[in-house]
Amino acid sequence: MFATADVTTALKGKFPQVSDRPSSDLPAFNVPVGEVLAVLAYLRDEGGFDMLVDLTAIDWAEGASPRFTVVYHLLATTRGAYVRIATNCPSDAVPAVPSAVGLWPGANWHERECFDLFGITFAGHPDLRRILMWDGYPYHPLRKEFPLAGIETVLPDVEVAAETKAKVIAAPMAGGPFVASVGEMNLTDAEPRAKDESWNERKEKPE
Amino acid sequence: MATEFAFPDSAAKAAGAPPEFQTEKMSLSMGPSHPSTHGVLRLQMELDGEILTKCDPVLGYLHRGDEKIAENMTYNQFVPYTDRLDYLAPLANNMAYAIAVERLAKLEVPARCQAIRVITAELARVSSHLMGLGAFGIDTGAWTVFMYCFTEREKLYKLFEELTGARFTTSYARIGGLQRDVPEGWTKNVNAFCDQFLPILDEILGLLTRNKIFMDRSVDIGVISKADAIAYGLTGPNLRGSGVGLDLRKDKPYSGYEQYEFDVPVGTKGDCYDRYLVRGEEMKQSVRIIKQAVAKFPGGDWYAKDARKIFAPPKDKILTSMEELIQNFMIVTEGPQMPAGEVYFEAENPKGALGFYVVSKGGGVPWRLKIRSPSFCNLSILPKVCVGALISDVVSILGSFDFVMGECDR
Repeated sequence: MFATADVTTALKGKFPQVSDRPSSDLPAFNVPVGEVLAVLAYLRDEGGFDMLVDLTAIDWAEGASPRFTVVYHLLATTRGAYVRIATNCPSDAVPAVPSAVGLWPGANWHERECFDLFGITFAGHPDLRRILMWDGYPYHPLRKEFPLAGIETVLPDVEVAAETKAKVIAAPMAGGPFVASVGEMNLTDAEPRAKDESWNERKEKPE
Repeated sequence: MATEFAFPDSAAKAAGAPPEFQTEKMSLSMGPSHPSTHGVLRLQMELDGEILTKCDPVLGYLHRGDEKIAENMTYNQFVPYTDRLDYLAPLANNMAYAIAVERLAKLEVPARCQAIRVITAELARVSSHLMGLGAFGIDTGAWTVFMYCFTEREKLYKLFEELTGARFTTSYARIGGLQRDVPEGWTKNVNAFCDQFLPILDEILGLLTRNKIFMDRSVDIGVISKADAIAYGLTGPNLRGSGVGLDLRKDKPYSGYEQYEFDVPVGTKGDCYDRYLVRGEEMKQSVRIIKQAVAKFPGGDWYAKDARKIFAPPKDKILTSMEELIQNFMIVTEGPQMPAGEVYFEAENPKGALGFYVVSKGGGVPWRLKIRSPSFCNLSILPKVCVGALISDVVSILGSFDFVMGECDR
């Protein structure tokens, strides 16, 4: 087992394709997608990083390439040291990375969540279903092009939908959200506007 | 891996029972509105008689898209949303989020602020564990414990109200500081609470620890091995109940936890009873920490020097000085300006390690904010633990896990 200080040397000695990832808090590495499982297994078995504390993804927005990055945070429970491993999904349209469930069964739900919210598939996952949204939901909400208010969809329960004609509707934002936008917006546009009262939950939204 | 979640043969057949006792399997849905699922968790179970052969938790009934919301508002605006994660310990969540963003902004908060945060986080731990204990008591048939616990929680809520103005959703921590300083005499009240709490806690635990009914329902039920607990990413009392002595307050100290003396209780077997014992002892250790923090309560500022650029300039300055007025306006409209980069920070919350992974491209809004919720990770072991258990054991197991769906579903 190697100590935290030489994670960099040990990892780079074994996997020459691993590169440093800019980070101010933890040792962090960029790993090519083909090697990610080998790197994780090496860190778990040789580095003592025995717990996968977090697995998540970042969407760098439509048009960026690589668009999706999957990030793993590992913890060595015996000495309280963390390491961050990141890998870019090779395809922007159909993002996919190999599944880590074989290494940590705890990765199961994390990967299901990533699949659910980002639409990233994990090859080799035993049970890749949605976990937070309902089965059959057509979108991946944490993708940047998905609007904050949501998109109108059919009710998950077909029978109730047929009976009540109800739908899952987008949230009435009433002029909001009152924040500076992530994008290139000038201050005047980003200012809070007067509340739009022309429509609300009871009154139809004008076309 | 798929076989792990399926029970290939009926339990009776596995136990070698004669064919007439082998029954047809039945599927049963428990929840989402079931008193023992503690919120809106639904368990899709497959039963052979009363024995579970399969358990598939269905989540998402309380999914509000907190991570999506975070990407659409400034760092300061997200503080109240952290209250609604683990709503039984909002003070601890506020602090975890504040520290994560402070690490991004490279802010050091002064000793007084750290001490106040430690006191509030430990009070929140006591409050959360009391709730967990009371609910576990109800699940196993001990109603009195619940009432006793709620009496104590009421006193805690009074302290929270004195400090923050709110009983439940406190939103107390700010990035680089706090909402305000402690009111006069508050630490004295905290001390008084601690003094009267310890004998009452002994009384509460005395109702359960050697209680025959409680022991029958928790000893050797829902056993989680050390290796499994680590492999599934369990944290907090559930991990320590399985004998792993990982406590981030000790192993990765933050907010000045290294100054305080306390022990980390661990279990031996990893059953429901051990998890209960760990929580009971943790409350005593929390009280120990609080008393130390109150005894050497430092003076000085309660916010970082640079933090005024992040949450708000002083109010009297806003009203009298042009620069501060403009700065306040910019903080409100554009958000506090953060450097680009990424930070992952985990705090030892009552339910386990609550992590925030903040990715910033600069500016006042996070590009991505991932919440690593301990309840979500803790529950992921359910399909494994519940197989082979009786239905009544499932109730015990859920009670001993002490999860919160607000945090699990985010």
